Amino acid sequence: MNLGMKPSSFTTSSNSWKSTDVVLDQFPVGLRVLVVDDDPTCLRILEKMLRNCLYEVDLISEIGIFCSLVFEILSFVSFTKCNRAEIALRLLRDNRNGYDVVISDVHMPDMDGFKLLEHIGLEMDLPVIMMSADDSKDVVMKGVTHGACDYLIKPVRMEALKNIWQHVVRKKKHEWKEKEYQQSGGSVEEGERQQQKQPSEDVDYSSSANEGNWKNSKKRKDEEDESEDRDDTSSLKKPRVVWSVELHQQFVTAVNQLGIDKAVPKKILELMNVPGLTRENVASHLQKYRLYLRRLSGVSPHQNGFMGPTDAATFGPISSINGFDLQALAASGQLPPQSLATIQAAALGGGRGATTSKSSSPIPPLVVDQRNIFSFENHPRQQNIINGGKQVNLLHGIPTNMDSKQLVNLHQSAAQSFTNNMSQSNNSLLAHMVQPHPRTHILNNEINGTHVSVVHGTAYNNSVSNPSTATVDFSSRSQSTELPVNNSFAHVSSNSGMSNLTSKLQEEVNSGTRGGFVPNYDVFNDLNQNQNRGAHDWGGLQSSVGSSNIQQRLGGVSSSVLVRPNGFSTNQKSGPLNSSSLTTDNSLSRIKTEKLPDMGFQNGLYHEQFGQEDLMSALLKQQEGMGPVENEFGFDGGYHLDNLPV
Amino acid sequence: MQKQLAKMKQSLFDQGYLDEQFIQLEDLQDDANPNFVEEVVTLYYRDSVRLVQNIEQALEKNPLDFSKLEGYMHQFKGSSSSFGAKKVKTECTQFREYCRAGNAEGCKRTFQELKKEYATLKKKLEVYFQLARQAGPVEKACRPK
Repeated sequence: MNLGMKPSSFTTSSNSWKSTDVVLDQFPVGLRVLVVDDDPTCLRILEKMLRNCLYEVDLISEIGIFCSLVFEILSFVSFTKCNRAEIALRLLRDNRNGYDVVISDVHMPDMDGFKLLEHIGLEMDLPVIMMSADDSKDVVMKGVTHGACDYLIKPVRMEALKNIWQHVVRKKKHEWKEKEYQQSGGSVEEGERQQQKQPSEDVDYSSSANEGNWKNSKKRKDEEDESEDRDDTSSLKKPRVVWSVELHQQFVTAVNQLGIDKAVPKKILELMNVPGLTRENVASHLQKYRLYLRRLSGVSPHQNGFMGPTDAATFGPISSINGFDLQALAASGQLPPQSLATIQAAALGGGRGATTSKSSSPIPPLVVDQRNIFSFENHPRQQNIINGGKQVNLLHGIPTNMDSKQLVNLHQSAAQSFTNNMSQSNNSLLAHMVQPHPRTHILNNEINGTHVSVVHGTAYNNSVSNPSTATVDFSSRSQSTELPVNNSFAHVSSNSGMSNLTSKLQEEVNSGTRGGFVPNYDVFNDLNQNQNRGAHDWGGLQSSVGSSNIQQRLGGVSSSVLVRPNGFSTNQKSGPLNSSSLTTDNSLSRIKTEKLPDMGFQNGLYHEQFGQEDLMSALLKQQEGMGPVENEFGFDGGYHLDNLPV
Repeated sequence: MQKQLAKMKQSLFDQGYLDEQFIQLEDLQDDANPNFVEEVVTLYYRDSVRLVQNIEQALEKNPLDFSKLEGYMHQFKGSSSSFGAKKVKTECTQFREYCRAGNAEGCKRTFQELKKEYATLKKKLEVYFQLARQAGPVEKACRPK
């Protein structure tokens, strides 16, 4: 949790983050866990267990006055339950530093747990613990190969949960070490110095391992790095770079230019020419990318060799893959043939947005990089897909089995569908998401009990998309361009196809996802920012209503507590604001007991939009101090780009 | 009353309706959540209705989609085992075995058994929880063993 008061305990020097004794004592209290499971019974149980972990007598006894004070103020576990993996991803993306560990079920209807795992690993580098009733060796092995930190067998016992914090610490330690080495690669002297310091810092770090610590230190890092030269290797604090779609695209382009084998971080960095990006950022991203590619190539024979970035070479397989999936989906009756054609055309045609008749010409020719490297071609894809009518469905179902490129293309669309999907998972949830924010009026437009239209008209959309708006939803979205979405991804609203999305996803999942899901390098994040925020708010609302326990504990804390730090006010367009807001948020609310309840869970909460709106407005009012909540919506691009230290 | 409660619980365990996981959940109960287990079980029965329906529908298809059924059953098993529904869990396992063997008859038969156990447990737990409420959250019954 975020103890806003922590900062004083941190030195500001870049090389030291001393943890105070208090911090030490507090760990692992306040560990922020995100649990993803489609089974509400399990979720409820896990939630209780996790909360109870913080009430362990032995923990409390060590804490002392400060901690007990904290205890009074904040919930010990920023615990968020997700019924749908997409929601999880969204939450994670939206709140990059919001969680310390993720616990995810393996078998979920809308997303394979392993895919989620990959996504998280690639995008967020959080420790992920898998769990399942399935204890067969191959599944456990799969967890290991996909990078899970641990694997729990259901039914999960309290003892198993008590120790999950070790994974967080371990991961952080490794991260630091890695960065440390990378840094020292740049400067021998400094490296040595740092390395020498590192052990002690590590000790501090791991001993403190306090969530509040991390949060503060991360923020500190962000703040510091912003002012530091990007090549300042003396700084251990590396802000978490948000690999937005554009950024990743640049990365991929650079890698392709150099050739995957020859791509070295330094050169990539030069080619990318992104201010504020460090070699280390690129290096770790490259590493993940390589792993991902390797996994893809190793897992699926269909998928195009990742090493062969020639367009021609990839077209064939890609289209075959595409075709395969699309046809399967189409055959299932869920994909409109039209969309299928669209997708295929787009895939094959290099996606200049011209593959389908409907694609609007004004769309800037995003290169649908047919190479199997991720290339995010949001716009054309979106256009195509949207024009296709049921794009959402289409997109949604497509990604996993396709080649990475296709995936990338689809990602963007998929991201939207994802969003939709997520929304779909819970009608009320959807309603929630859309509702609350004045800002998200777009969202609100579409809400009906069963559909979530989470579409944000992006600036891009307005100008470019033309909308054949066959996608009514789409065009209506474009109205809301006021949302400053840099990425200008249109969030596709799936008024029509929510259910389709879910099933599509399922199909996709079921049809044997190989190689895992292409990590949506922030595509979803960008796309879903708005929605995320919505979800956040929503979740906050719900939890505020549902979790009376937390409320009570919060005592005087306003319901803003429920808001995720990032979700509200902090994600302003301005970077600096970000940090400070975050701090504020942190001090208030690390209690994110956002419940994204499953249908069964709703208990009549927020079924109707009205309820949500009311709640939302009430919540919003309370959040005056948090800054303009609305801002968070529609900030996708802005948000991300701002994260980059300049 | 507490004694009665303890006795009932013991018998549920002895008869194999519940297992250790139930105790785990009871241990989680505290003043803030005195009826946590009841809450969980209620949630389970509410949520699993949908699942049971899905399975029934799936069982009516011809031919049976075993992998889908297995998936459902996996879910069901996960849910059931999460609060210690031992017999239900056993039936789930059996069902999955039949799925893997492609034994449609076996599946259908097992599912009938499963439904029976599922319903029986529900009734028993209803009584148990009612008793628990009356007995009050004063003390936890001892672990039956």
